[in-house]
Amino acid sequence: MNVIEVKQLKKIYNTTEVKVNALNGVDLTFEQGEFAAIVGPSGSGKTTLLNMLGGLDEPTEGEIRIGGTNILELSSSKLIDFRLRNIGFVFQAYNLIPVLTALENVEFIMQLQEVPKKERQQRAIALLEQVGLGDRTNSRPSKLSGGQQQRVAVARALASKPKFVLADEPTANLDSKSTANLLDIMEELNRKENITFVFSTHDQRVVNKARRVITLEDGQIISDLKKE
Amino acid sequence: MRKNLTLAWRNIWRNRKRTIITAASVFFGVLLSTFMTSMQEGTYSKMIDNVVSFYSGYIQIHQNDYWENKTIDYCFTPGNSLLETLKNTPDIVFHVPRLESFTLMSHGNNTKGAALIGIDPPKENHLSKLSHWVVEGNYLKPGDDGILLAVNLAKNLGVEVNDTLVLISQGYHGASAAALFPVRGILKFPSPAMNNMGGYIDLKTAQNFFSVPNQYSSLVLMVSDYSEVNRVKHSLKRDLADSYEIMSWDEMDPLTKNMIDADRSGAYITKGILYTLVGFGIFGTVIMMMAERRKEMGIMVAIGMQRSQLSAILFIETALIGLIGVLAGFAISLPLISYLVFHPIPLTGEAAKAYEEFGFEAAMYFSVQWFIFARQVLIIFILTLVIYVYPLVKTYGMKLTRALHA
Repeated sequence: MNVIEVKQLKKIYNTTEVKVNALNGVDLTFEQGEFAAIVGPSGSGKTTLLNMLGGLDEPTEGEIRIGGTNILELSSSKLIDFRLRNIGFVFQAYNLIPVLTALENVEFIMQLQEVPKKERQQRAIALLEQVGLGDRTNSRPSKLSGGQQQRVAVARALASKPKFVLADEPTANLDSKSTANLLDIMEELNRKENITFVFSTHDQRVVNKARRVITLEDGQIISDLKKE
Repeated sequence: MRKNLTLAWRNIWRNRKRTIITAASVFFGVLLSTFMTSMQEGTYSKMIDNVVSFYSGYIQIHQNDYWENKTIDYCFTPGNSLLETLKNTPDIVFHVPRLESFTLMSHGNNTKGAALIGIDPPKENHLSKLSHWVVEGNYLKPGDDGILLAVNLAKNLGVEVNDTLVLISQGYHGASAAALFPVRGILKFPSPAMNNMGGYIDLKTAQNFFSVPNQYSSLVLMVSDYSEVNRVKHSLKRDLADSYEIMSWDEMDPLTKNMIDADRSGAYITKGILYTLVGFGIFGTVIMMMAERRKEMGIMVAIGMQRSQLSAILFIETALIGLIGVLAGFAISLPLISYLVFHPIPLTGEAAKAYEEFGFEAAMYFSVQWFIFARQVLIIFILTLVIYVYPLVKTYGMKLTRALHA
């Protein structure tokens, strides 16, 4: 079953005198349970594509369907709600809410979904335990290392029970040990719970773990390899 | 809501120093404004108190159209329903009857036109402390057949205490009124205008003189506090169903009212400048807050927070900073002002002399009325609302992809 379907996606930036074709007719599908990496040189369109898939930016042309819903037809507030219920995000710089503890950060997204207090607390604790932070639930982000913060971000991304998780350069700010640890956690979640992960990355370690590698260049897919 | 409040509360303490400085600007604004307003209102209250107790009272009841005509033909006998209404209106402390008209006063070759006011001596003394202004002779006794004269009028007529004055006037419906009145005393008021005004005789004597037994030209009412005047006036108008002319002190003495209004307008400008400065202090903080947290806000909307909720949190943050300042301001100003209400600041030197010459106590008075404090909350709330336009526009106009890479 296709979780994401992208047809003839184009994005042209007109912000400078010269038009920039960030995406130039991308066709792509992701199935449930994929562990895929989008790679390519800087300026190839990786982040733009990820932003489009996450409904964070609008394409100039094309169609994006997530679980059968054309997200480009949704109003601004419905799109926010759609993201809340269907998409998990992991960002490069962790981006946790600094005034909330690890537990509250994970709970926060469920609170937006209006999950009852007891249920969301149990799920948040379970998720933090899954990412190996069961003993740091009451720590604020400033008291956690970069790797620990990114693991909280993964737990937060999964808290809403999304259809898939988009991770934009999730290991860019991590040392090798934290990177390996984070990738192991995400791979385990992918294998055990069949959660779809889509990464945009420069990191060879992420590419090595991914079971599908999509290479972009000048806004076009130049290769789409699936590993056995 | 609780989560929004928690988030907002924690957010404002992320930059503790900045929040304290911003709240301090609100604190000083509130402190100065409450102090200033309290002093103004206290002074106005005392001023009005002095004005009304000299002559007009807070409210007067007349026969309809009396104030326009001011003749003896517009006097009235208070009916039972009127007296009952006055008795049952709790804010009316007491009421004093008067019978007032115009006479020609003559002594020897001197004749002057002047006001003649029939009074109930003990009641009038309770209202206006008239006996306090007697500089020669004695105050009137009930049923007295003598007259008290204002000092300038006495001088112009060339009379002294125990001289006899001839009064000629027009009584009820054109009846002639003439009588001899021995001068019982001379009055010297602090106000030059009142020293020329006329004379006071006993009420019964006045009723006989003008041929209007048991009738008054006005009932002068004192109420518990000047802020209650309008409420009492409207309540009387409603209860008496337009049978009488009911006038408040400001309608009878528009000069004092205009002076207070002009002073208030000046103070509004000062307070306006004060709150504009406070507003810019808060606004500066909000601008910095928005700039620092642009990325974080982008993340919140990206992961599923509605822009309306985000802007609500920002509103609560701004309101909380304002509220901290307001509460801190109240914590200092309320006890301070409450103390000063009971212990007015005494004036000394020339200022004290000027006050005393006008018959005012030489002190600065304060008022602790609820609206002085409620107004501060309202102003800060309005300021918050105005400042909130900025985060509101920024939140709804935020481009997610730009915010995420800020």
